[in-house]
Amino acid sequence: MTTVHERPDTFHDNDQKPVGHGRMLRKEDPRFLRGRGRYVDDVQLPGMLHLAILRAPVAHARILGIDTSAAEASPGVKAVVTGAMLAEQNLAWMPTLSNDVQAVLATDKVRFQGQEVAFVVADDRYAARDALELIDVEYDVLDPVVDARRALEPGAPLIRDDLEGKTNNHCFDWETGDEAATEAVFGRADVVVSQDIVYPRVHPAPMETCGAVADFDAVEGKLRLWSTTQAPHAHRTLYAIVAGIPEHKIQVISPDIGGGFGNKVPIYPGYVCAIVATIVTGKPVKWMEDRSENLVSTGFARDYIMRGEIAATLDGRILAIRTNVLADHGAFNGTAAPVKYPAGFFGVFTGSYDIEAAYCRMTAVYTNKAPGGVAYACSFRITEAVYLVERIVDCLADELGMDPAELRLKNFIRPEQFPYTTKTGWVYDSGNYEPTMRLAMDMAGYDALRREQEEKRARGELMGIGIAFFTEAVGAGPRKDMDILGLGMADGCELRVHPTGKAVVRLSVQSQGQGHETTFAQIVAEEIGIPPADIDVVHGDTDNTPFGLGTYGSRSTPVSGAAAALVARKVRDKARIIASGMLEVSVADLEWEKGAFLVKGDPGKTVTIQEIALRAHGAGDLPEGIEGGLESQICYNPSNLTYPHGAYICVVDVDPGTAQVKVRRFIAVDDCGTRINPMIIEGQVHGGLTDGVGMALMEMIAFDEDGNCLGASLMDYLIPTALEVPDWETGFTVTPSPHHPIGAKGVGESATVGSPPAIVNAVVDALKPFGVRHADMPLTPSRVWDAMRGNARPPV
Amino acid sequence: MQVTMTVNDVEVTREIEGRLLLVHFLRDVLGLTGTHWGCDTSNCGTCVVWLDGEPVKSCTVLAAMAGGHEVRTVEGLARGGELDPVQQGFMQCHGLQCGFCTPGMMMTARALLDRNPDPTEAEIREAISGQICRCTGYATIVRSVRWAAVHEAAAAAQVTETTESDDAGEIANAGQPAGSLS
Repeated sequence: MTTVHERPDTFHDNDQKPVGHGRMLRKEDPRFLRGRGRYVDDVQLPGMLHLAILRAPVAHARILGIDTSAAEASPGVKAVVTGAMLAEQNLAWMPTLSNDVQAVLATDKVRFQGQEVAFVVADDRYAARDALELIDVEYDVLDPVVDARRALEPGAPLIRDDLEGKTNNHCFDWETGDEAATEAVFGRADVVVSQDIVYPRVHPAPMETCGAVADFDAVEGKLRLWSTTQAPHAHRTLYAIVAGIPEHKIQVISPDIGGGFGNKVPIYPGYVCAIVATIVTGKPVKWMEDRSENLVSTGFARDYIMRGEIAATLDGRILAIRTNVLADHGAFNGTAAPVKYPAGFFGVFTGSYDIEAAYCRMTAVYTNKAPGGVAYACSFRITEAVYLVERIVDCLADELGMDPAELRLKNFIRPEQFPYTTKTGWVYDSGNYEPTMRLAMDMAGYDALRREQEEKRARGELMGIGIAFFTEAVGAGPRKDMDILGLGMADGCELRVHPTGKAVVRLSVQSQGQGHETTFAQIVAEEIGIPPADIDVVHGDTDNTPFGLGTYGSRSTPVSGAAAALVARKVRDKARIIASGMLEVSVADLEWEKGAFLVKGDPGKTVTIQEIALRAHGAGDLPEGIEGGLESQICYNPSNLTYPHGAYICVVDVDPGTAQVKVRRFIAVDDCGTRINPMIIEGQVHGGLTDGVGMALMEMIAFDEDGNCLGASLMDYLIPTALEVPDWETGFTVTPSPHHPIGAKGVGESATVGSPPAIVNAVVDALKPFGVRHADMPLTPSRVWDAMRGNARPPV
Repeated sequence: MQVTMTVNDVEVTREIEGRLLLVHFLRDVLGLTGTHWGCDTSNCGTCVVWLDGEPVKSCTVLAAMAGGHEVRTVEGLARGGELDPVQQGFMQCHGLQCGFCTPGMMMTARALLDRNPDPTEAEIREAISGQICRCTGYATIVRSVRWAAVHEAAAAAQVTETTESDDAGEIANAGQPAGSLS
């Protein structure tokens, strides 16, 4: 393991071009810098029509009637479609990714504000929007269920009366761990601390909203769909099932995507509407939602109401953790997670600690809110799990009067315990936590910060230091355990080396800014010695890439990255045989030095991979049994998840007069195993840390008692700007994954997982003089002010 | 109605609806899709272009209001095939990931450097504070703008020494005040 301290290298002229892993500028940047990105809304097809969706103005209402006559007569309108019309084609409902159903267009009732009710297709965006105003819907408004805590009360309004025999708003129950064993440990513990903790509903809000361009060619029978999807292959299969179009006649293209963060994993009604519209009108149809539509109707994140309990000895040995969770899933269970994991990977709530017992019981309910739940770089709910454990550990430190860093160091899983099976059954592949923690403390100057805090407290100033240590579980996943609607979570990869030694690698995953065109070229380059500049990376087009489940849950590098490395090794194995023929030696006599085979003991005799490529496609003889060409394909099924970890330290100042929180410093030390492109990793970490500032201090999708969404624009849903975040201080350690071909673990969501508890812990630490042990996110000035006055209250 | 304006040094005349937004005019009518839109409420800044050298949010400007004025978009940032130092800085310092906010960020950054060739980190943060990036966490954007400032200063110094240098001349020209660009 190496331990390296990374500092911003501000002005280096970065023209390195490593043949393999290392810092390298991004291959995709030139088109973005010139305004030549290819986002969905940039697609313009001849004769293209525009689709706009009419949405429910209230959270819960029965639809009594819809009059579309005035809209149909509006200038430029080509079609107006309601749920009743879709029902005639059996298209009014579609499956969600969690084996529930969701209305494409409402037929019976609307179940959340912003739900899709009808759509208009017109000559341009403006004409379509004009016509929406002319659709007359008669509603019988019903009482909504807004507070998840009241969803199961007797007499609560029934939301899902569409489900046969449904009499209440119960969605599912789930448990993990050993209840009796945990109870026994709690019974003999010296200290037990309990805390109610809410992780409020937030929204990924990528800068590009969701949308699609659908183009059905009736003669060919082929549907082309440009859409904002993180999982083009999975979407294609689902469209084939839902719409009945043969899968080979559907091409899903997700070109450049303006940020995803999980928001673009589900299939939204708008995509299906665009497909219906192109079939009905015979023209290409574009649908792009506006920002309000994105915020009120697409995949939200979190919304867990948790009670955490921790049991320990008096000297700070953590014995057990127990939690009870009420999960608000909105009107439809649209969670995008492996089907056997209805709570995602929340089961890793035992965190980074070696404990004796753990137990979680969860109840999920329907409410009159938008569906979703797994999004916003959450690593399938590990955000909630890490927030819970890292908050409750800080509560314990407070109770014991121990330093929170010391408490964590005392309880870490030790390096010799890996692979480590947690009390909830997760097998952590590798880890070495203490050096990561120590590095973060060194970078922060932890002891000096504590001294500074003491001095400031004496002067009445409010300074807080917050620590969070996380273990992530990414790279879903082994197909025996993990699938989405029956589709195993493996990923394909194809590599073809051209006669001149240039190559193309085709991925089943897709980039929303992660830099795949660079990183995957580097992965292949490392294995086969062709410079990354000579390797074209194709992704985001189902006609031109192998099947796989897409990019989310930090799974691209752990799964698809493994596939890319292994397919390159297969090509290299074939190249070795061809090289043995070219050099007239046996395969065993060849040595690989990145980019060429050498004859052992005779270094003058060598052939490069480029020479081999030409021979593979040339007219000369190849060794017995070897076909021409130099290419291969693979489908990689991971044997386990990978488990990155990290130590984060946040320093905040709280203004005692205004209760404004300022994040002064943030130190993030990440261990994501083997690092392919440090520049890209650092960028991913920076972005996640900023998300964390947003969630901890600013962001929340709130509702009033009638179910009106109060976060329906970027004026009401506050996202950090450059003024709210500090210059990030990053460092890293390297503990490779033992089962990943190159030891890489994935990093895309680590910072989003790890930063909110660090920030909240810092704010709570700053408020210690007021006797505050916990305050819920978002820690806006008013909520901090209330906490300072002993009125800390849950946000929902 | 008919509107005539200069976009990236080219005069264009089009028949438009009076309510057409400048961002839609640029994207849908002229096909300049480098300018994006993200919020409709002038909060996100992905739609920033220059109107007579001033950065504006083109989702809250009517195309008709730009009539008779000069508009510059990201497609007009590079001159003579050479990337502007701001564009180079964003690449060198990893100032972009998904690329969606990038055109707006670069237009603001260029305008800042035209007025203040040596901005501090705080001044850069203030300048881009009307724009949202969900990917980068802003630090690399700040570094990108500083990279451009430092390299422009170096190029300008080189021009003073050897005025024949074509490459440095390109960069120095790109650093002139926005008002003189058309």
